[in-house]
Amino acid sequence: MATEVEHGAEMADHAVENTGLVFHPMDQFIVKPLFGDGHVGMFTITNVTLWMAIAIAAIAALMVWGTSRRAIVPSRTQSVAELAYGFIHKMVEDVTGKDGLKYFPYIMTLFMFIVMSNFLGLIPMSFTTTSHFAVTVVLALAVFLGVTILGFVKNGASFLSLFWVSSAPLALRPILALIEVISYFVRPVSHSIRLAGNVMAGHAVLKVFAGFAAVAAVSPLTIVAITAIYGLEVLVAFIQAYVFTILTCVYLKDALHPHH
Amino acid sequence: MATSQLAEDLAGICVDSHGSAIGMPQLCSEWIPNQVFWLVITLVVIFFVLSRIALPRIASVLAERQGTITNDIAAAEELKRQASEAEAAYDKALADARSEAQGIAQATRDEIKAELDAATAKADEQIAAKSAESEAAIAEIRASSLANIEIVAKDAAAAIVARFGGNADQAAISAAVDSRMKG
Repeated sequence: MATEVEHGAEMADHAVENTGLVFHPMDQFIVKPLFGDGHVGMFTITNVTLWMAIAIAAIAALMVWGTSRRAIVPSRTQSVAELAYGFIHKMVEDVTGKDGLKYFPYIMTLFMFIVMSNFLGLIPMSFTTTSHFAVTVVLALAVFLGVTILGFVKNGASFLSLFWVSSAPLALRPILALIEVISYFVRPVSHSIRLAGNVMAGHAVLKVFAGFAAVAAVSPLTIVAITAIYGLEVLVAFIQAYVFTILTCVYLKDALHPHH
Repeated sequence: MATSQLAEDLAGICVDSHGSAIGMPQLCSEWIPNQVFWLVITLVVIFFVLSRIALPRIASVLAERQGTITNDIAAAEELKRQASEAEAAYDKALADARSEAQGIAQATRDEIKAELDAATAKADEQIAAKSAESEAAIAEIRASSLANIEIVAKDAAAAIVARFGGNADQAAISAAVDSRMKG
């Protein structure tokens, strides 16, 4: 079965090579070792390592180097750092309340990593770490497990009242409780797939259009389309980071205040 | 040899012989431990960079800015209050100066009037004194002229009598002159 698929793919490769059209929209997501070829082990230094390191460097440049002058009247870089701080700080305070501000550094870490990785992924030829489910599932599971443990630690067994909708009629409550439990456990799935799916789809579409650009007849149209989609992807890069972060805040609020 | 063969086999799971992806690279289980490992490292590093350095620094900058703005507003209000106080003081000083000026003008006017009155009175007095003196002088002159006339008349009468050849008695002549002059 596998060999058949491989064979088919090879045939398709030959076909597109003959016509000059080459579509490999998923190749940009391949994890490669940086030094030499071969097996990608757990500790191998790969393009994942490289682009995560670049993300760390970019975050440090923005948040640490950019604010190093501690100016009362901020420079442009410092303004952006303060905007990011104010944006997330206000979001945490508005959604979870004052007692959620303790967890602000964790949420800020998630937001800065996702938004910076998304934007770095928009650089041509770069590798987008947040397009991989392995990455977003870890992020979402960390949030899910953290929030669930926090809910039980803070509220004990009364955390379960999150699933018991006391404002509904008594007869409906068990059914609603079942739905609530299912939706609670679906959270990490939707949380992670939403981010990686959006980023991956956008990048793949860009690559497909880039493949069409090789055909002279449609290339002007294609380039316009790539430009438009790129603009959309810039928007998506920010919005998905925002959505991931605000959902984290909502889940945190449920853990801190489980009573409906 | 065996391990490198194994590595090649493993490398071939998700990538075909042309180096292209087979299916979705996102679902390639071979790469998951690598991504998870580096992600955890990255998140820990970012968390420490943010929570130890960046976030406290930005919080202090924002607090400092808020403090500066509050202080500046308070200082501005203080200055505004001082300015209105100064304006009130200026208005008061102006009103005082105006009333004082009016007082001074009135006093000066009164003083000048008094001096003028005194000078007028003095001048009147002097004029009266002078006229009295003049009248006295005139009376004296008149009296002295009458006396002179009497002497001249007596002398003239005596001379006339002498010229007529008479030897007039001095006493009779003066009595005759006196009686004529009274008449």
